[in-house]
This record gives sequence, C-alpha cells and structure tokens, in this order.
Amino acid sequence: RALGHLLQAVLASRGEANAVFDILAVLQSEDPEEVQEAVHTCSRLFGALLERGELFVGPLPPEDSVLAGSHGAMRKYKVWMRHRYHSCRSHLGELLAHPSFKVKELALKTLMKFVQLEGVHPLEKPKWEGQYLFPRTLFRAVVGGLLSPEQDHSLQINQFREYLEFDDIRYHTMQAASDTVAQVTSQHSEVSLAFWNNTFTLLSALSLPRQECDISNFYVKHGEPSDMWKVTHLKEHRKAFQAMWLGFLKHKLPLSLYKKVLVTMHDTILPRLAQPTLMIDFLTSACDVGGAISLLALNGLFILIHQHNLEYPDFYRKLYGLLDPSIFHAKYRARFFHLANLFLSSSHLPAYLVAAFAKRLSRLALTAPPEALLMVLPFICNLLRRHPACLVLVHRPQGPELDADPYNPEEEDPAKSRALESCLWELQTLQQHYHPEVSRAASVINQALSVPEVSIAPLLELTAFEIFEQDLKKQLPEPVPLEFIAAQGLLGRREDICTQLFTLS
Amino acid sequence: MGKARTAGSRRQACRALAKANPNPFEVKVNRQKFQILGRKTRHDVGLPGVSRARAIRKRTQTLLKEYRERDKSNVFKDKRFGEYNSNMSPEEKMMKRFALEQQRHHEKKNIYNLNEDEELTHYGQSLADIEKHNDVVGSDSDTEERGALSAELTAAHFGGGGGLLQKSALQEEGDKPKSRKELIEELIAKSKQEKRERQAQREDALELTEKLDQDWKEIQTLLSHKTPKAESGEEREKQKPKPDAYDVMVRELGFEMKAQPSNRMKTEAELAREEQERLRKLEAERLRRMLGKDEGAKKPKHMSADDLSDGFILDKDDRRLLSYKDGKMNIEEDTGQEQSKETESQEKEEEEGDEDEEAEGGEESSEGGGRVGSSDTDSHSDLDSSMGSGEDDEPAQQPQQQQAPGRRPKGDDQRACKAAGRELPYTFTAPESYEELRSWLVGRSVDEQLLVVERIQKCSHPSLAVGNKAKLEKLFGFLLEYVGDLATRDPPDLEVIDKLVVQLYSLCQMFPESASSSIRFVLRDAMHEMEEMIETRGRAPFPGLDVLIYLKIAGLLFPTSDFWHPVVTPALVCMSQILTKCPVLSLQDVVKGLFVCGLFLDYVSLSRRFVPELMNFLVGILYIAAPNKQSLSSTLVHPFRALGKNSELLLVSDKDDVATWQRGSLPLRWASQRSVPSTAEANHMRLSCLAAALALLRRCVVTYGALPSFHTIVRPLQALLKEQQAERSHPPELQELSQSILNDMENQKQLYRPLICEKSKPVPLKLFTPRLVKVLEFGRKQGSTKEEQERKRLIHKHKREFKGAVREIRKDNQFLARMQLSEIMERDAERKRKVKQLFNSLATQEGEWKALKRKKFKK
Repeated sequence: RALGHLLQAVLASRGEANAVFDILAVLQSEDPEEVQEAVHTCSRLFGALLERGELFVGPLPPEDSVLAGSHGAMRKYKVWMRHRYHSCRSHLGELLAHPSFKVKELALKTLMKFVQLEGVHPLEKPKWEGQYLFPRTLFRAVVGGLLSPEQDHSLQINQFREYLEFDDIRYHTMQAASDTVAQVTSQHSEVSLAFWNNTFTLLSALSLPRQECDISNFYVKHGEPSDMWKVTHLKEHRKAFQAMWLGFLKHKLPLSLYKKVLVTMHDTILPRLAQPTLMIDFLTSACDVGGAISLLALNGLFILIHQHNLEYPDFYRKLYGLLDPSIFHAKYRARFFHLANLFLSSSHLPAYLVAAFAKRLSRLALTAPPEALLMVLPFICNLLRRHPACLVLVHRPQGPELDADPYNPEEEDPAKSRALESCLWELQTLQQHYHPEVSRAASVINQALSVPEVSIAPLLELTAFEIFEQDLKKQLPEPVPLEFIAAQGLLGRREDICTQLFTLS
Repeated sequence: MGKARTAGSRRQACRALAKANPNPFEVKVNRQKFQILGRKTRHDVGLPGVSRARAIRKRTQTLLKEYRERDKSNVFKDKRFGEYNSNMSPEEKMMKRFALEQQRHHEKKNIYNLNEDEELTHYGQSLADIEKHNDVVGSDSDTEERGALSAELTAAHFGGGGGLLQKSALQEEGDKPKSRKELIEELIAKSKQEKRERQAQREDALELTEKLDQDWKEIQTLLSHKTPKAESGEEREKQKPKPDAYDVMVRELGFEMKAQPSNRMKTEAELAREEQERLRKLEAERLRRMLGKDEGAKKPKHMSADDLSDGFILDKDDRRLLSYKDGKMNIEEDTGQEQSKETESQEKEEEEGDEDEEAEGGEESSEGGGRVGSSDTDSHSDLDSSMGSGEDDEPAQQPQQQQAPGRRPKGDDQRACKAAGRELPYTFTAPESYEELRSWLVGRSVDEQLLVVERIQKCSHPSLAVGNKAKLEKLFGFLLEYVGDLATRDPPDLEVIDKLVVQLYSLCQMFPESASSSIRFVLRDAMHEMEEMIETRGRAPFPGLDVLIYLKIAGLLFPTSDFWHPVVTPALVCMSQILTKCPVLSLQDVVKGLFVCGLFLDYVSLSRRFVPELMNFLVGILYIAAPNKQSLSSTLVHPFRALGKNSELLLVSDKDDVATWQRGSLPLRWASQRSVPSTAEANHMRLSCLAAALALLRRCVVTYGALPSFHTIVRPLQALLKEQQAERSHPPELQELSQSILNDMENQKQLYRPLICEKSKPVPLKLFTPRLVKVLEFGRKQGSTKEEQERKRLIHKHKREFKGAVREIRKDNQFLARMQLSEIMERDAERKRKVKQLFNSLATQEGEWKALKRKKFKK
C-alpha cells in the first residue's frame, strides 16, 4: 500500500522523485512478498517513465558530473532518473537468481517488459534514419542472468521459450548466448555443470523458421520494419545460430551433455546451420571418444557424408570398431541398428566389408539377450540378402573342413579380418537357443534365403517384456503338457545342478 | 380316388407282360423321332388294352362296390388278415393268421398285472410251480409213478380191449357182467381218485418244506459263517439217508462259490516294464515337443479353384467337402484326435490312481497293512464289502473313491493322536480366499500344514461334488501365493515349501490349465515389477527369493525341454531378464544370480539349448572374482562393469580365510539374508559362490561342448580361468576345479564344417479341386438356388399330380355312367321280358279261353 502511494507521488510530481530510493530499497528486502510488490511497482513506475520519455536518451554521462554541472534541471532529473532505472535493472537482474520461483518469474517478466518498452522508446539516439535499435545491453543482462553458472534455471528457460517465438528475441538471444558462453568460459577455467545444462537447455530451445517470409513476428513493435535490418534475414539468423553452436561445442562438454547434443544433432542442429560442414571437427572428435558417443556421432557424420559430400575414409572401419558386446545392452541400441541398417543399405559396399560386419554381428549375437537377437538375426540375414556375394557365409558347398575359424575378431580392419573365408557357425549355434522365436529366426539360414528383405523397423524397439507378453498372449495348447517325473520336493531331483549346489537350510 | 401308381413295379409288370404276350395287335409303340443320347425312354412301348382292363377291374372292385352299397347302412367288414392283400401268398397269409391267433392267446388279460407272463407248462403243470418247489420227495414219487404206469391203465390202453374183456369175464363170476362203458367209467374214476390223492400228498410235502425253510432261515442267522455246509448236511440227514463222502464232496465242489475271474496280478518285472514303456512314450512325446516339429508340418490347406490367392480366408470353412479323399481324411483325423484324447485320459487316470496311492500310503501303513500295489487295495476293499450286501456289481472304482473320504478320519485320527494334542478339524472346506487359507496354515507345524492341505484336497475331491473342481483350481493359486509368502519371510520357510511342492505337483497334474495360468500370472507380476523399475531407472534390483522359488517350481511342474511351452518359455525370458538387467550389487545378488544360472542349466539340461545370458553372467562372476583384470574387461557384458564399486565383489583378500574355507553347498537363505556377515564369513561366502560358479561352468562345458561355436563362446571364460590359474590365490580345491574345466575346454576338439543350405524342395503346383454342384435335373432349372429349385420341383410335381387326379376322376365318372347305363338297360330288358311274358301268358290264356269257347260253339 505504501509502495502504491509512493508510486503515485513519484509519477504525480517530480519533486517527490526521491521516493524512488525507497522503492528500490524494498527490492532488496528479505520477504518475497514485499519483493514481488516492489517489482510490480518498479515495473509500473519505469514503464510509465519510459513511455513518457522522462529518461535521458543517448550515451549516459556519469551521475556526479551531471548533477554538479550546470545543466538544466530537467536534464539533471532525466539523467538522475536514468541512473535509477539502471540500478533497478541491475537489481532485477540479481533477482533472477532469487530463491523464490515467483520472484524469479516476475523479475523475468518485468525485464522483458522493459526490453519491449525500451525497444519502442529507445534510450539511444539513432545514428541514421531507420537504424535498428534493440536494447542489447539490457537483453544481454537478461540472458546472462538465465545462464547463471550457479543454479539450474531450466524452469525459467522453459518460461523464456514463449519469448523465443518472436524472431527478434530469438536472434538476439542467439547472439547474447554466444557472447555469454565466450565470456563465462574466458573468465573461469573450470565451468560448472549447471552452466552447461542451462546453456544447453536454452540452445536446444532455439529453433529457426524454415522460410524467409516467416520472419515478421517481432516482440519489439516497430513502425515500419526495414529490409536493411539484419534481424529480418534468415541468413543472418542461421549465421547467428551456427556461431552460437560452434561457440558452445568447441568447449569441452560433460559426457552426458555430449550425448544429448548428439542425439539432437541430426534433426535440430545440422539442417539449420549455415555451413553444416563446420561440424566435422566436432563430430569426428566425438566419433573418436568411443562407446555410445561415437555411436551417436555416426548419425551426424552420415548426414554430412550423405548430403554434404564429406570425405571420411575410415567411416566403415569406425563403425566396425564400434561393434562390441555392449551394443546389445546400450540404451541407444535401436538407434544404432537403425543407423547401421542405413549405412549398410548401400549395394555398392564391397563384399569383404559386409561379410566382416555379418560375421562380427553374429559373433556378438552369442552374448545377446533374446530381444536383441530377434532383431539382429534378421539384420544379418538382410545383409546377406543385399549382397549375394556374401552368401558363401551360409552356403559353401565345396568348402574344406577347418580346424579353426579363419575369422580374426581382434583385427580392426574389416578387410583383413578374413570374414569371407569363414562361415556363420554362430547362427548355427543360435539355432539351439532356448527361445523358440530366436531359434526359428536363426534357422532361416538353413534354407536358401527368400528374396524380399525382412523389415527390422518393428523389431528395433523390442524389449524383453514385450517378448514375455507375446508368449503369454499365445493360446494355451490343449492340453498343457505336464512334467511326468513326479516332484519330490523343491530340490528333489538328484541330477539337477541346483540340487548339487544349493541346500534349503 | 387318387392315382396309385407305383411306377417302378408297374413298369416292370408291363415289361413282363410285353414279353410274355407278344401279340402285335395289343402293343402300342410310341415311335421316337430322334434318338437322344443319355435320355431314358420310358414310354416307348405301351399295352393300352391290358392297362385299360386292369383299370376297369380295379374300379369294379372298389368304385362299383361303393356305388352299389351307397344306400345300404349295414356294412360287411371282412377282417380276415390280409384277405385283400394281393402281395401275400396264401401260405404267408395263413402263417400270419396263425401267428396272430397265437399272439391273441398269449396277450395279457389284465394290463395292470405286470407279473403275468406266458405260462410254460410241462405235463399240463406250470413250469414255474415245478421250479419253485423242487422238492425231492414229490419229484421222486412222480418219477416212480411215471416210470411204471398202472397195469390196468396199460391193459386198457394198449391191450386192445382184450384185457378188459377178460377181466370183465372174470368179474362176471362175482356179479353180473358190466358193460364196456361202465368199465371205462370205472377206470376213469379210479385214475381221478388216484390223481387227487397224489395231489394232496404233494401239497402236504410242500407245506412241510416251506415250514422247514422258514425254520432254517431263522437258525441260519444264528449260525456262524464257516459252517453252512455242515449244517445243511445235518439238515439233509433228517430227510434222507446220509450220502456217501464222494457225493458230499461233489456237491460241495459244485456249490462252492466260484472265484470271480479277475485280472492276473502283474509280476514286478511286468510292472517295471509297463512303467518303462509309459516313460518311454512320454519321453518320445517330450522329444517331439522339444524339437517343435509338429508346428511346422501342417498339411497344405484345401484350395479352391476359385481362390484368387489374395490371402483372403474365411474365418472358418464349414463347407463339407464332397471329395471322397478329403472326407476320408477328415474322419481319420477325428478318430486320431479321439484316440489321443483317450490315451491321455487314460494316462490321467493312471496318474490319479498313483496319487491316490501316494496319498493313502501313509494311513495304510499306519494301519499296519504293507501294500504292494493298487491291486492289493482292491482285494482289501473286496473283503470289506463282502460283509455287507452285494453291491459288488457297482463299478470297481466307485467304492474306493467313496470310501476314501469316509475312511479318512479313522487313519488320521491315529496319526493325529500320536502327533499332537492340538486339534485339527477333520474336514476343511476349500478356501475361498487366500486369507482364509493363510489363517489355517500360519502358526502350525510343517506336518500339520501338510495335513491341512491334504485334507482340503480330500474333502473337496472333484468326484464328490460338482463345484469342487473350481475350488481346487483356486487352491493351487492360493498355495502358490502362500509359497511366495513363505519365501519372503526372514528367514525363508523353505522346509514347508519343499513339502508343499509335492502337493502343488499333484494339483497341477489334476488341473494343468488353471495351474499354468496361475503360474503365468505370478511370473507376469514379477516381470511387470521389474519392467517398471527398468523403465524408470534403467536397471532393476534382483527380485526376491519368492520369484526364484516360483521359477524353480515352474521347472518342476512343467516339462522344460519343450520347444515352446506356455509356462516355461515365459519363465526362461524372465530368468534372462534377471540375468541381464539386474546389476550385481551384493553377495546376496551373487547367490541369487547363481541360483538363476543353476535354474537355467536345469531347464535346458535335456534340450541342451544355448543360453547366452548364462555365459555372460558366469564371465561376470569370474571377472569380479579375479584380482587383476584390466586386460580382460573387453568381453564383459551388461550388467557387469569393468570398473566401479562392485567390480571386486568376489575378490578375497585375506589369506587366512582362504585357508580355513571348506567347500559346501550354498544355503538358499543366503539369498535373502539381511544381516551383515563378518569379514571371514563374507570371504567364505565369496569362495563358496566362486566354487558354485565353477561347478556351473563345468556343467556348461559338458552341455555345450557339441555346439558349433563352442570355442568362441568359452574364450573369455578361458582367459579368465587362465588368469586365475596364474594368480594362485584361490584354495587348491578351486584351482583343481578350474584346471579341470580348462582341460575339458581344450579337449573339446571341434571341426568347423562349412555351412550348406538345404536344397529347397521344388514348389509343388497348386492343386485346385473343382467345385462340385449337384445337378438335380437337366434343363433350365439349374441356375437358381437350392430352395428355388426345390420349390419349382414341387410345383411341377403338384401340377402333374393334379392333372392325373382330374383324369382319374373323369374316368371314374365315365365308368360309373357306363355302369348306370348298363344297369338301366338291364332293368329295361328285364321289364320288357316280364311284360312279354305277361303278354304271352295272357295270350295263351286268351287263346285257351277262345278255344274253349269255340268248342262250346261246336258242341
């Protein structure tokens, strides 16, 4: 209530201007309620002042010199008020890190309101007619507040998304974000995880419009948008986007973030860059990390190879190197095999390469759980179907009997692995698998392979629980077969290994 | 009057006539203009004269008769059998009439008298009477008399009359001679009197025997079983002289109750052979299921020639195929199914029988009767039932089953008295809810719990009441839940579970469907729980001991070697999930994991199927037991990590503990142990786990030795074992074990034979069976539906019949008119004749009179 009176007084007469100090003092109060009220008051006060044009426009002289100097009282008042406005902005910027979420939210809203009002009533003089003016310093402060190294601001960034709908805000966010990243990383040698997370959340929230004409939605309303402005061109947006990502990715990121970036790389980042090939460095280095990360990097690399003529000689060798027992248990199994299916779908691949892949996969299948086997067995068969030259792996009529498998699993180069001399005995082994479906899938190689490929798309996401449910859904046979050796007890059968190894007591 | 034309017979008659009477003037030939193939000509030759004569004859017999009797109220009915039936020959008629007459004789006089039957007689006496009192006395005297007829009679009958006359001559001396008639009358009177006397005598004897019988019955009840023969012997003595020993013997043998022929007792060897046979059959069945052959070998389905081969199939083909071959096949299939069902039901019965034996074994032994086989029980029950009335003709199984629950309390009583003073109710209704069952079982000793379950099972045996089957089916689910409950206790009550498994097995044998569905339900629960954890956290903790016990029970109740089995296959998937998704965080987890590995090996022990998860887990276990292992981590698979907190879980650091460790089997309660063991204990536990893992590995090597890529599979294990050997930090026992495993692995010589696809069989041409349509009549009536055809056929028939009837009626009228006319003409002719006669007589009279008058005039 008191704040309301003060506000009225300040707005009513310039003589009461000193009450602003009281209002600003409340901003630093402990009580979130009071702070909220103060923020409201500030928002109304400076909003009104901005609209009235009672703030000094142009490069701001220092407060003391102006007050001491012999300028007009009006000018003195404006300069003084502008200084109060600035201190209010900085206070609000601090409030972005306030523990109470409501305060944060309100501070963000107020700052964005100031951004809008300042845009309409710029506080600097245009240097030429029709110059594009945007409150960059204020906005950079807002973005800097959001990307704080101390706290996790994902909720606020999510709120900030609604402003990202506006093209000018988006453009300036990209610029401000890259600036902030550069600034933070240059100041601190060790950057906190929270900062990277905040940055990534903000960056991944940014998306670009598809067409030039879509850029007409501005947050700061201008009289007549001019073609001269950078902010109206998609190209400039792309450049900013690229600069932002490259600036972000050139730093050493935490591993979890690497994965997140790589997961979204192929469909949100790469197509929006001005020059996608600039990502090569990042992707190749990611590809060398190993494990799931290199697996995910392959996707981006593949797009570059496929659409941007990237020459990457060791691609298949790398892919081959990625095949280890953990791929069947990794979280990204479905994605990996989807990609591998894509990479190996070319019919121009040399037979030795495909044979090496088939052999390697079937080797690995010996350690795979049933849900993965149900996917990888048709995968291998598809490889053989696509490359009839590899059919010798399952059909070698005049081959000699061998003492050992000629395939060398330790060899990293698929060309030297001698896979073509080998046979897929692993699949023969898996015909003895305990799960009937797996056994059936492995038995396909006993006959000549049918011509049409089996689509593995529905099998990619298969989980053990789904297999289990499928088995349960099957019709009960009539009658249900029963064990004919009568049970003597829990560990009743002599020859059982359980009986030999365990006791009840 | 309808047209009664039985075309077939008429035509034949025509033919016969035409052949017999080739008079060309009587034959009318319907000439055909064109010869048409396939058409049967029916009316090419006709005999109009003959048929007309026949029609007229028939009309005179029927229509004319009616016409003549039209004004008469009295009717003469000829009821002689078959009098007007021309189809019967006179002999036949006579025979039939005689038979009817006989029948009429023997028909019951009184329909309410059910007992009256045809009375058979012998010598004029009712046979029934004779049979009823076959008294020795009467029959004896009878035979004597019959044997020798009285002299008088013979003389009278056979003496030709001479004898009588002689006699009369003799008698003449005394009094005046009798006439022949008198003599005969006397004879008759005498014989009648004799007869009457004899009758009276017989009746006396009858009365006596009846009385005797009654007395005997009274005494008989007082006498003991053993002496009836002696007694009857004494009885007989009273009546007649004592028969000699031989006779007695013969009689005794004759009357002695003959032993009922029964199945021969089987010798032990035979029993063993039978059991072996049964097992072999079941094993063959199991093998068939293991290979999963029956699913693939479906015979090609019938394919119609109209099939577009677009994959469209009606839900159910209910057409009956007309083809001879298919029909036959169908029948064969049906019988095959029935046979198999029969055999199965037989098996079931056998098994049930076995269960009964097992269940009764305890109480029987408490009664002190050592039993050998089920046939022995039968004899017991026979003895028992022979005391009572003769209910033996009931099916043999019935009394056994009925008595089982009835006798139950007696046997239990003794045992219960011995066991404890605590009272157990004798009858238990089947529990309606799990809580009910739980309340009965909790807090009782092992034996008592078993007894309760047993009694529940007995009291609601499916043969006792209709709803019992459902109740027992539920009981299985409740027991399973109870088992889970016991397993989750701390410490787990494994003793009871061990005993309950037997009950579960027997229940499962009774109700396979419901048992399998409840086990599936339990497994589904466990899987669901795990799946939820995996979805939220990416991994799940090892499930409790109850799930492991369920898995074990599933393996005990169902055949684990089937290619696909509704319970076992999900159980395998569940175990695979446990081994791949649950990270090993503690020693308990290791024990659980090893137990699951053991289960896996037991499941595949017969089918020798390959389990990758098992090998992975063993690699992981050996890895966490190995001291320095950086070189080996490449082969490690989820859920084991190369580095981290749990990567040295099984590593034993203390040399002393290594020295003091003794090999033994792993107690299952370790799996759910919550207390923290001391370091030494933990180290011993580690070594035991390692020993178990090595034993499992050894079994794996034996099981999978024949797999084509055996060496590839065991390579990581081999490396780990070699590392272990080099380290020499384990007790010598384990060292030896791993060395022998290594040797086994290396000794597994293997030849890599190149793979060859089977030659695919040539695809046979599709065989199309033609569609068959029944052709009812040639002509244009084909196209329509069956009903329409039938309707048309009926309309046509009706039309023809109608025409025929009209024609017949017309002919009848003509015939009648003809008859009337002839009648009138006859009448007229008669009248004319009579008038003429009258005129004649009058004329003669007139003439005579005139002549007389003329004479008078002359005179």
